Amino acid sequence: MANVALDPHAAVVSTASGGPAALTSADGTPLARALARSQRRARRRAFLLVLPLLAFILITFVVPIGQMLQRSFYNAGFSANMPQVSAWFAETERGTDPDDAAWAALAADLTAAAEARTVAMVGTRINYDLSGTRSLFTSTGRALRGGIEPPYRENLLEIDQKWGDPQLWSVMREASRPVTANFYLAAVDRARDAEGNIVQVDERQRVYTMLFGRTFWLSLVITALTFVLGFPIAHLLATLPLRKSNLLMILVLLPFWTSLLVRTTSWMVLLQQQGVVNDLLVWTGIIGASGRLQMIYNQTGTIIAMTHILLPFMILPLYSVMRTINPSYVRAARSLGASSWTAFRRVYFPQTLPGLGAGALLVFILAVGYYITPALVGGSSGQLISNMIAMHMTSTLNWSLAAALAALLLAAVLVLYWVYDRMVGIDNLKLG
Amino acid sequence: MLDDRHGDAFVAFEHVQKSYDGQTLVVKDLNLAIGKGEFLTMLGPSGSGKTTCLMMLAGFETATHGEIRLAGRPINQVPPHKRGIGMVFQNYALFPHMTVGENLSFPLEVRGMAKPDREARVKRALDMVQMGRFISRRPAQLSGGQQQRIALARALVFDPELVLMDEPLGALDKQLREHMQFEIKHLHEELGITVVYVTHDQGEALTMSDRIAVFNDGRIQQLAPPAELYERPGNSFVASFIGENNSLPGVIEEFQGDKALVRLDGGGVIDATAVNIREKGQRTTVSIRPERVEFKPEMMPPGAHTIEAKVAEVVYMGDILRARLAVAGSDNFVMKMRNTIGQTRLEPGQVIRIGWHPQDARALEPTA
Ligand SMILES: Nc1ncnc2c1ncn2[C@@H]1O[C@H](COP(=O)(O)OP(=O)(O)OP(=O)(O)O)[C@@H](O)[C@H]1O
Ligand SMILES: [Mg+2]
Repeated sequence: MANVALDPHAAVVSTASGGPAALTSADGTPLARALARSQRRARRRAFLLVLPLLAFILITFVVPIGQMLQRSFYNAGFSANMPQVSAWFAETERGTDPDDAAWAALAADLTAAAEARTVAMVGTRINYDLSGTRSLFTSTGRALRGGIEPPYRENLLEIDQKWGDPQLWSVMREASRPVTANFYLAAVDRARDAEGNIVQVDERQRVYTMLFGRTFWLSLVITALTFVLGFPIAHLLATLPLRKSNLLMILVLLPFWTSLLVRTTSWMVLLQQQGVVNDLLVWTGIIGASGRLQMIYNQTGTIIAMTHILLPFMILPLYSVMRTINPSYVRAARSLGASSWTAFRRVYFPQTLPGLGAGALLVFILAVGYYITPALVGGSSGQLISNMIAMHMTSTLNWSLAAALAALLLAAVLVLYWVYDRMVGIDNLKLG
Repeated sequence: MLDDRHGDAFVAFEHVQKSYDGQTLVVKDLNLAIGKGEFLTMLGPSGSGKTTCLMMLAGFETATHGEIRLAGRPINQVPPHKRGIGMVFQNYALFPHMTVGENLSFPLEVRGMAKPDREARVKRALDMVQMGRFISRRPAQLSGGQQQRIALARALVFDPELVLMDEPLGALDKQLREHMQFEIKHLHEELGITVVYVTHDQGEALTMSDRIAVFNDGRIQQLAPPAELYERPGNSFVASFIGENNSLPGVIEEFQGDKALVRLDGGGVIDATAVNIREKGQRTTVSIRPERVEFKPEMMPPGAHTIEAKVAEVVYMGDILRARLAVAGSDNFVMKMRNTIGQTRLEPGQVIRIGWHPQDARALEPTA
């Protein structure tokens, strides 16, 4: 610091900060400010133009997804309708046996809920964690129409013995806090025991981790299959003369244009045990009449049908990249001494990677969230996690668990996207 | 000089024909012998089959008929990567996903060369085109001229004996093009390689080549060194394609050896050299270079025939003066004069008599 005057950086900074060095426009305003002002109007107009779209996205996409995500960790179905007993749970330690105050609070809450006709809602919430309890709540609610006298414990137990079940109380305690991670725990086959420790659920009930695993594995298999099948087709599309490639393009796009039901039905006709493919195999003697293959209503069915449906998503980005690859690259490689395989591997294939990355990402993400095809042709072994989400949305009405599962799926996709960005760079993505 | 016997030629095309669609011949009966170390240019208008010939030599197109030999060996059945021919493409075809260094080491890698050798060779090739500093750049980060040099270095790095170039300078501006012409010529001499060069720029062809093959309509119209091609065109196409040229239609009146007397359709008699005309009374087109036309009697050989010309306009072009004359019914006859101090200044409207040495006027087959 002794010799500030001789420090070149110091000199530069001092001239730059000294007023005269800054650029100004003709009327003396600093150039940067003049530029910003001149651009502001244009920017405002551009913003007004995209405003409708922005509003649309906000209303139809961001808000619903936000609400959905909120449901995954916030559920007030119990606490809002059973305030007194919730307060008692909040005051007492986990594992405390219900005392008189607790029974009184429960009786009062149940009576109030029966009056307000919300007791079924409460029952549904508890039913998530302890099946069979919804009817307990509704029937007790009916019995309480005329009011209830103390001693509450005995009277409630008289209505239904199940009120004495310690597991019910522990489940109610968990449900009494509206903000909870329990749905996420459930989504990965975990739960809290009576002491509040996180434990794996009973082996027979562990479905979600297995389904997540299966979903990702099948999606990988499908992505790989679409690549293997789609790459040569994309190459043909990019190199054939226009007339032929147009015809081929129509064939590629055909799955988009046929109704899902027609497609699925044709897969059934083809793949079922008495179907065309099996008949053909038996007829050619490859398999015996007794050994007909089960190719639908199982994982095989899911894989075949989804590969077919997602194939265009692999082919189109690949095609759009391949079309731009000048054939002289491969010729140059050949003239430099590379065999056709080496020229393909070292020169052609690397240039298709942006398309391949885009296609693979697209197919994988679509496959991970695919729902209708596995539901129709997957049988039970071909069901994916999204079928489970759909089930919780429509039949068990456990929206919070569905939301938690969906949130995990979304997180996994985002992680994948992030990894792709780190490894390949998202700017290299070429969708068309 | 090489003759047309193909026995000991380095590259030989023998009766090569090529058709893409089975209906028209794009290359018709090509016979061409290229000597070792020669710089041969294929020159011709668009669509005349130059690229097709080059592609057949490189192995990317197969000859429909005929044989192509390289160093005495028929190569019709040899795949491109086994031919060992370097090639520079018009769009350079530098691999965009590889750096300059990787591009250059590619041909060495596929030949299984060890890394230290590769690096040394790559460095040497880059230095040869003065691009050593750019070894770790991507092609997209280079200017057109720089990419051109890299493409050249890549075609040379594996020491091919034959290098093919298809309009390698087509995308460069004039100045850079002239500079690169010089450098390519220089490399050719230094390395002693054989070059087959395709262009449709005749200036380029004239300055660079040992011999030029003028293509038209799938045939070689004339194969000759630049000076001969320019001064002694073998037919009307070559005469009109190379350089500026005056053509005067007429009929052969008399032969004296290979000198001919031609009576022009527009009146007047001139001296000419008969090239591909052999009979008295035959129609002909006489072709004369503008700079070989004289209007001062002392510059013409004694007894030369002259014809009358009327000056239509004189354009000052710096080093030369370009006069447009009305001669024998055509008013597009061009005469070029050196802009020297003593040069006579012609005025429009002035009537002069022009003539020339008989060997400068070439009586060729009539044009349609
Ligand atoms: N792959 C092809 N299929 C069919 N016809 C072709 C093909 N390549 C070239 N041709 C035809 O062959 C003829 C000669 O083409 P070529 O490319 O050899 O010409 P060129 O002399 O290189 O012309 P330019 O100076 O424009 O490059 C043209 O009429 C062209 O239309
Ligand atoms: Mg060409």
